[in-house]
Amino acid sequence: MSRTSTIARRSFLIGSAAILGGVAFGSYKLYQKPENPLRAGPGQTVLTPYVLIDGNGVTIIAPRAEMGQGIQTTLAALVAEELDVAWQDITVMHGPPGAAYANRMLLEAALPIKDYQPRSSFQQAFEGILQEVPKLLSLQVTGGSSSIPDGYEKMRAAGAAARHVLIAAAAEKWGLAAAELKTADATVISPDGRSVSYSALAGAAARITPPGNPRLKARADWRYLGKSMPRKDMVAKTTGTATYGIDHWQDGMLFATVRMSPRLGAGIASFDAQKAKAMPGVKKIVDLGTGIGVIASNTWLAFQAADALQITWKDAPYPPETEQIFARISAAFSAPPNAVLRDDGDSEAALARADQAAVVTAEYRVPFLAHATMEPMNATALYEGTSLTLWVGNQSPVINRDHAARAVGLPTEAVKVVTTFMGGGFGRRGEYDFSVLAARLAREMPGIPVKTTWSREEDMRHDYYRPGAIARMRGVMGPTGPLVLDAHIAAPSVTRQSSRRLAGFATPGPDRGLVEGAFDQPYGIPDYRVAGHIADLAVPIGFWRSVGNSYNGFFHESFMDELAHAKGLDPVAMRLDLMRKVHMPSFKVVERVAEMANWTGKTENGVGRGVAFTYSFGAPTAEIVEIRQTAEGIRIHKVWAVTDVGVALDPRNIRAQVMSGIIFGLSAAVNGKITFANGEVEQGNFPDYDPLRMHNAPAVAVEVLENQSRISGIGEPGTPPSMPALANAVFDLTGKRVRELPLNRLADFI
Amino acid sequence: MTIDLQINGVRKTVDVPREMPLLWVLRDTLGLTGTKFGCGIGACGACTVQIGGKAVRSCSTAVGEVTAPITTIEGLGTPDNLAILQQAWIAHQVAQCGYCQSGQLMQAASLLASNPAPSDAEIDAAMQGNLCRCGTYPRIRAAIKDAAKTMRGA
Repeated sequence: MSRTSTIARRSFLIGSAAILGGVAFGSYKLYQKPENPLRAGPGQTVLTPYVLIDGNGVTIIAPRAEMGQGIQTTLAALVAEELDVAWQDITVMHGPPGAAYANRMLLEAALPIKDYQPRSSFQQAFEGILQEVPKLLSLQVTGGSSSIPDGYEKMRAAGAAARHVLIAAAAEKWGLAAAELKTADATVISPDGRSVSYSALAGAAARITPPGNPRLKARADWRYLGKSMPRKDMVAKTTGTATYGIDHWQDGMLFATVRMSPRLGAGIASFDAQKAKAMPGVKKIVDLGTGIGVIASNTWLAFQAADALQITWKDAPYPPETEQIFARISAAFSAPPNAVLRDDGDSEAALARADQAAVVTAEYRVPFLAHATMEPMNATALYEGTSLTLWVGNQSPVINRDHAARAVGLPTEAVKVVTTFMGGGFGRRGEYDFSVLAARLAREMPGIPVKTTWSREEDMRHDYYRPGAIARMRGVMGPTGPLVLDAHIAAPSVTRQSSRRLAGFATPGPDRGLVEGAFDQPYGIPDYRVAGHIADLAVPIGFWRSVGNSYNGFFHESFMDELAHAKGLDPVAMRLDLMRKVHMPSFKVVERVAEMANWTGKTENGVGRGVAFTYSFGAPTAEIVEIRQTAEGIRIHKVWAVTDVGVALDPRNIRAQVMSGIIFGLSAAVNGKITFANGEVEQGNFPDYDPLRMHNAPAVAVEVLENQSRISGIGEPGTPPSMPALANAVFDLTGKRVRELPLNRLADFI
Repeated sequence: MTIDLQINGVRKTVDVPREMPLLWVLRDTLGLTGTKFGCGIGACGACTVQIGGKAVRSCSTAVGEVTAPITTIEGLGTPDNLAILQQAWIAHQVAQCGYCQSGQLMQAASLLASNPAPSDAEIDAAMQGNLCRCGTYPRIRAAIKDAAKTMRGA
């Protein structure tokens, strides 16, 4: 049995006791169909949890949150492809929270296996079980670049099943065989030319049992899939008519804000609200335990009243200064690793054997990072004694509902969550703190809707941050590539902290998230070990676009560049050599990106180029960054990127996502840094945490390949390689090796 | 005290303090939520509107100081009657999360009103105050150039 299977078998405990418990006590329940959460209104018919038909036509439920990634358009295309509806006639909505909308792919990301390798039958069986668990836990979550792998089969099947019962209803009506009937643009057509609309058939169709496994169209027959479709949200987002959470309007509403403890998690020692209370228009000051809420007649006034509060905070539950926090992370190296998810050969022995002068070593460090979504955290809530309604942009409606219900003492059935468009998510809106605070403030004003909006400073200082992390790398080079690569990575565990917070249990077992992007790379290196050490730290951390890959991509690929240069090897050629026998699709993305950029391994004076590759979320992605020295500083001139998603459902949107992930990653690499003083985050607004802007964002060229057999999502894979590719380009330009981000410590970027 | 405003061609009278930022008058008093709150200090451009045809940050503009007519994204064009700039935005499928786009559009409209054929450097200079966390900048640039061409009748 391969080493991977051994690891997977041992890690049967992976997910967690709670997950296994769920399988054990509820195996019968696992395979029960979750209840359809859609309720038909007057004149409406619900055909599957994804298809709602009324007199106006077809509405497709795309139960993944739209935060810019275009997911609602592609999910709608999956249903529409099989259902046969004209593109302009489709309405898309997010729909209610529901177990039926659980993300079945979500837990697969917890499996400590390398995605690029074929699955053993044992792993496949285990995955099958694991895919059922989210239903039980109602894990309706948008994240992990998982919406497309999750929806690819089931959304098409939902469209096909709905079409099947609509045809059956027409067949019954006309006394014809279903096989004789055709459909076109939401109409069933008989051989003699009669036609009837889906709207007219929906009532009868709903009484027919849909097929369990409807036949799906062959790819050659696709009309929408594989094509670049105009996004369903584009016109609204270009005319200011798209409604984000922060835009939700209720007549008679009040406006609130919060001033939570800047020492994250610490309570209030004392506070004086006299001045705030006296401001005309301030309705109520609310003690929230770890902060204060202000309810007022408008948001500006609420912000001003919050500024007028005098609050003394208790001490933070973590070391108060950045250096002390990193000392705590560094201390994790002295304890045994939590996760050794790659251990090919025997790197310890190989390192001991090696000529010590030839051992390449490096220590890397990356800072904490904020999400800084353009739309600050917010939610609108209406509490009416026995019910609560929340209007909120969020990536996890069931989790938001359940936590808000608990916070105001209502059963979950009494809480309604309306998921709006999001002005960015990047993982931040998978949390529920904004919903809970809004619900608690609304409870103070029964019957009156209250919109709670955070200031930018509140948002930046109360994030669930991408954790700081440290890597200690050792390697030994042979004539054509590394013979040994030994990586030790230390960081607090996002998986453990967030699962405790979101789902109520801490996951035991090896933490894949800690080492993803390093242990699971398709390089054939004889002695190859990747170990993760969990640092004990109470700084709030969470999912930040590409999660562990965001730092491990930087560590691993910066070190690969160091190894190549230690031996005078071309970093593209070296990677191709290491991949050739391991994973051809990865080989091909590296090969193609080098072609696109006309990579020669040589650059003229004043130009620097760097390459990096990360296999993340099932998508091997290679990037080359070119920078240029100008009189004012370094300019990031151009980025070339190639990825492989298996099946490219919407090529233009995939390219846009890769470009977006790159600019997000480069923004962090150049300027991103969250630091602590006195237990408080020092950065507050964009001047302290400035992303790339129009004048310093590079041109980006993206190509998408389809050599992989599995389909993958693309919201995140563009991010990890961007940071090491830039750092490697800086080395090429300046000869200075970057071992700590952000880069603005080393050079001016313009 | 009451303040008279001309917004998208319509006269509005509001009863708010003179120092209240225009952004919050638009959003919370008048319900014109197309204009977005991003930073509150004029550092991100999400709140950009035009006053007398010039792009300004409404989060840092006291409503009492506004004397010229105001145009917000709602006044630039509507889904049924799109401005040329908005048509270019849609043709290039610019928006992702879309939250910054009202401000980007109002800033770009102001640029094109004063410069019918902006160069890359001029676009950079005009647009660098408008942040986008989704990284749509290359498509914004392309859409501005396309719209400029259409408006010139080229």
